[in-house]
Amino acid sequence: MNILFYIFASLMLTSGVMVIQARNPVYSVLFLILVFFHGAALLVLLGLDFFAMTFLVVYVGAIAVLFLFVVMMLNINLAEMQERRLRYLPVGGILGVLFILEGLVIVDVDLVPLLSYSGDVLRGVHWTDWTEYVVHVSNMHTMGRLLYTYYGVYFIMASLILLVAMVGAIVLTQSRRAGARRQSVYLQNTRDFSRVIRKYT
Amino acid sequence: MDIVQYIAVDMGLFVLGIWGIFMNRKNILVMLMSIELMLLAVNMNFLVFSVYLDDVLGQVFALYVLTVAAAESAIGLALLVMYYRIRGSIQVEYINLIRG
Repeated sequence: MNILFYIFASLMLTSGVMVIQARNPVYSVLFLILVFFHGAALLVLLGLDFFAMTFLVVYVGAIAVLFLFVVMMLNINLAEMQERRLRYLPVGGILGVLFILEGLVIVDVDLVPLLSYSGDVLRGVHWTDWTEYVVHVSNMHTMGRLLYTYYGVYFIMASLILLVAMVGAIVLTQSRRAGARRQSVYLQNTRDFSRVIRKYT
Repeated sequence: MDIVQYIAVDMGLFVLGIWGIFMNRKNILVMLMSIELMLLAVNMNFLVFSVYLDDVLGQVFALYVLTVAAAESAIGLALLVMYYRIRGSIQVEYINLIRG
């Protein structure tokens, strides 16, 4: 189990580096899909089967395919993308190091696995796998029981967020060119058939 | 199977997202993908802590983060298509010249 974690985690991080480093955006999207797959594998190791499948469906099936679609649709000039990459390295590096230090301050330096902390206060903390002791209820069962009862309002709110995103995306990408051919819905609906069909005798 | 290792991996992924935004100043597609990476890291942090603390509320919240990630990528890519239609390229360097 442990070696599986190391394999998935290291492949996830290297794929994340490749997302940033790849010259071609198509390669970036493909490595992003690889990152999502390894994240789902890590969730399976945690025992969250429902969320692993949801990650695969939502991230790979919706978001990554949307990215791939846009990358293929836009005719991106690759020459203008190939620019000196290391120009922003000082700013990005300083920000990254600052963020790592802030995170270490928050979670305490004891929690860093690289510095082997010998105090043994938090090193040996493992979570208890309660599913071995209690009656097994599946993950999806728990989520459904919570989402449709106590957190129903938030569930509806999530659906409203998706609705707003859908309407916004449609409105933004609708082409407003002058010569574009489109349906005139009102005229088509108010058309009277007796004036359209004519009998030649 | 320590929680520490999971947090280390998630934090590394988040920092990779930040670096992707700051080192790719020309390619807005890679910037959007970096935002997705950061959201994935945050989401996995929620899930790891929900397993660790035996609290299912973290998983409920992770579902909302998933929703917001999907909405964000849809809106962002729609804006990107719009911008490409106006400018003919997706460089973000001169995006302030639109003044729309």
